[in-house]
Amino acid sequence: MPSFVITEKCDGCKAQDKTACQYICPHDLMALNRDIMKAYNQEPEQCWECFNCVKICPQQAIETRGYSDFVPLGSSNVPMRGTDSIMWTIKFRNGILKRFKFPIRTTAEGSIDPYAGKPAPDFANLNKPGFFNGPARTE
Amino acid sequence: MEKETCTFSYCQKPAVTEVECDLLIMGGGMAGCGAAFEGARWANEKGLKVVMVDKAATDRSGAVAMGLSAINTYVGENQVADYVKYVRNDLMGIIREDLVFDLGRHVDNSVQLFEEWGLPIWKKGDDGFSLDGFQARDAGKASLKDGGTPVRSGKWQIMINGESYKVIVAEAAKKALATNREKTGMEQNHFERVFIVKAVMDTNGKNVAAAIGFSTRENKIYSFKAKAMICATAGAVNCFRPRSVGEGMGRTWYPVFSAGSGYAFGMQAGAELSLMANRFVPARFKDGYGPVDAWFLFFKAKATDSFGEDYCTNKEYFDDAVARYGDYAKGMGTAIRNHLMMRAMKDGKGPILMNTHTAMAELGKAFADKLGEKEGKKKMKHLEAEAWEDFLDMAIGQASIWAATNIEPDKTPSEIMPTEPYLLGSHAGCAGFWVSGPGDLPGTPEHYSWGYNRMSTVPGLFMAGDVVGASGHKFSSGSHAEGRIAAKSALQYILDHADYKPSPKLSLDEIAAELYLPFEMYEKYKVYTTDPTINPNYIGPKSLQLRFQKIADEYFGGVATWYMTSRTMLEAGLAKLEMLKEDAAKMAAKDLHELLRCFENYHRILSVEAHARHILFREESRYPGYYYRGDFNKIDDVNWKCFTNSKYNADTNTWEFKKVPYVQMYP
Repeated sequence: MPSFVITEKCDGCKAQDKTACQYICPHDLMALNRDIMKAYNQEPEQCWECFNCVKICPQQAIETRGYSDFVPLGSSNVPMRGTDSIMWTIKFRNGILKRFKFPIRTTAEGSIDPYAGKPAPDFANLNKPGFFNGPARTE
Repeated sequence: MEKETCTFSYCQKPAVTEVECDLLIMGGGMAGCGAAFEGARWANEKGLKVVMVDKAATDRSGAVAMGLSAINTYVGENQVADYVKYVRNDLMGIIREDLVFDLGRHVDNSVQLFEEWGLPIWKKGDDGFSLDGFQARDAGKASLKDGGTPVRSGKWQIMINGESYKVIVAEAAKKALATNREKTGMEQNHFERVFIVKAVMDTNGKNVAAAIGFSTRENKIYSFKAKAMICATAGAVNCFRPRSVGEGMGRTWYPVFSAGSGYAFGMQAGAELSLMANRFVPARFKDGYGPVDAWFLFFKAKATDSFGEDYCTNKEYFDDAVARYGDYAKGMGTAIRNHLMMRAMKDGKGPILMNTHTAMAELGKAFADKLGEKEGKKKMKHLEAEAWEDFLDMAIGQASIWAATNIEPDKTPSEIMPTEPYLLGSHAGCAGFWVSGPGDLPGTPEHYSWGYNRMSTVPGLFMAGDVVGASGHKFSSGSHAEGRIAAKSALQYILDHADYKPSPKLSLDEIAAELYLPFEMYEKYKVYTTDPTINPNYIGPKSLQLRFQKIADEYFGGVATWYMTSRTMLEAGLAKLEMLKEDAAKMAAKDLHELLRCFENYHRILSVEAHARHILFREESRYPGYYYRGDFNKIDDVNWKCFTNSKYNADTNTWEFKKVPYVQMYP
């Protein structure tokens, strides 16, 4: 399902240095047309359909279309990712509609304090099994 | 052909930045994030500098970029030695048991951290049914660390709500790197959108002194000098012509952005490879490559041919498999199940079907019997959501295909299909580098350990995740744990070699000229023809990719030949690949995006060449269902129950092969 950008909705992330979709695409696919300040998928045949551009777009301007080589037209699959859950709206080719909501994280975004409450590393253990925060299993 | 050079006569010269650090982590996926988290903690105490480089945005980079619906390695209530046994069976008897055991005794620590950081993990409810991460939290279920009971889909797998799995793990890694910046005063130690192209050796002739690469966003080249490096990048995808054509070529099973860059890096540094003949051919939901594990293990679905027969129980197929592959066939590992499926397909009994509808009907009946009609229906609704979530968390396109083709899994079965081959070392494959093990495990032979855990045969060059050979089935959690193991070990190396000062044997100007040659080529020749995409003087990244994909598919046992190859086929294909390698000196790129694609594809060429040469050396069919040597279509334990290792010499473009003894350490 290569992603596509809906012309009317995309605002080029208001001319910031990078658009959100350019920032996030793991395969460097999203590009910005500076003449019209709209983003586009520059290499749809390399799209993994990970939906990260769809999920991150602040304007909900990005959706996906089934790969032209094997997917029939007429359905859609649209996520709405919040801070703790994600909602999916799936429309079948025959009109059936399904909605699902799933948890995505149990803590607030940005709240991880990686070493808080963890022991300091003991250099006597550096070349032994185990990590700084606890020993390896023994059995 | 005349050798082309870059003198910046046609293309613009980039800015060159040299970054000096102690520990360089290449790749920001699960292994890289694990290395950053563990590495920074130790490094901070000694003021050592840790740098991580990622070709994408770490929040969504690597194999977990899309998310996952399960963590496949959590030892929990099981025994680590049983984990070794399971991995050995699935990888047809030859693994580095020290590495696998070491992984198994460490992995749970990472999984428990993920939960602490906010990853929702399913728990078993009091009624025996599953609770998702929120329900479990709201019901006051204990965390894994405090003895909570996860929902097992298989013996080693636990179910999660993993849409944001990578975002969560990345957050911890990025924060860890931030603490290292504070301690060391480094301005930047996390580089996103920088693509590492190759290793530059030290003037001492032993170490890798620098990793060089370029920004995919601006005209800037980087040379990262480090005392030790961890190669934590992905396996190689799209080396073989995929089943899909056109737009669908990106809908690979493993991420399409896995370019074999880690294999190429180590190979160019002269690190020894092991079991590069191994590959993984997953049987997945057709076209969308949706996962099958939850369907097989959790929903208890059966796969059959189109006549309803379970091909794994076909006597003719099974007896033939035992005759060729001996007791390995009886182990019914992933490769053998693939093999039996292909037999049915070749007999025209396809499509192979995953009978989701009968599995759900049976579960629905069991729910109604246990809970009554009304409650049973409610549970069924939850189960349907779980089935969809399995795809929506990690192979969203498969859910889209269901919608596009009007498939409701409780009503209609879905086709499954063996995919094109993949090279990797963290999932159900074990292609990668020969690394030192921990050395402390009883029964470890001498040749398994040379002092620093997870160090390759190149001093100071460590491996983690996909690029470690002979120890598969780590998956996401195991890769994170292995990154941590490698980081500790690399820091020990750095402390032991405090006097080492990297001295790259190439100057920054030489590096810039090498990395920007594809730009020079394009600018020099583009006006020769009216359409720059058709030009006799250079080769663009797309053509490069299509050429090796066709060679690999047709000669190295891709889908075109039903995974069949032989000495003569391999030799013919390698001769063609050699010409392509020569042509790669004429790669051309019109922009930074194409420059990235050029070098990614060059990395794929090296990866698939190593793969083909290893298949050629190993005169047996160790992995039926993944590939076959038609000239040696059996498993030959007498001659080949051993590791097959190789070393590539990038200067002379030559290969050395050898057999290395396998030692069984666990019963």
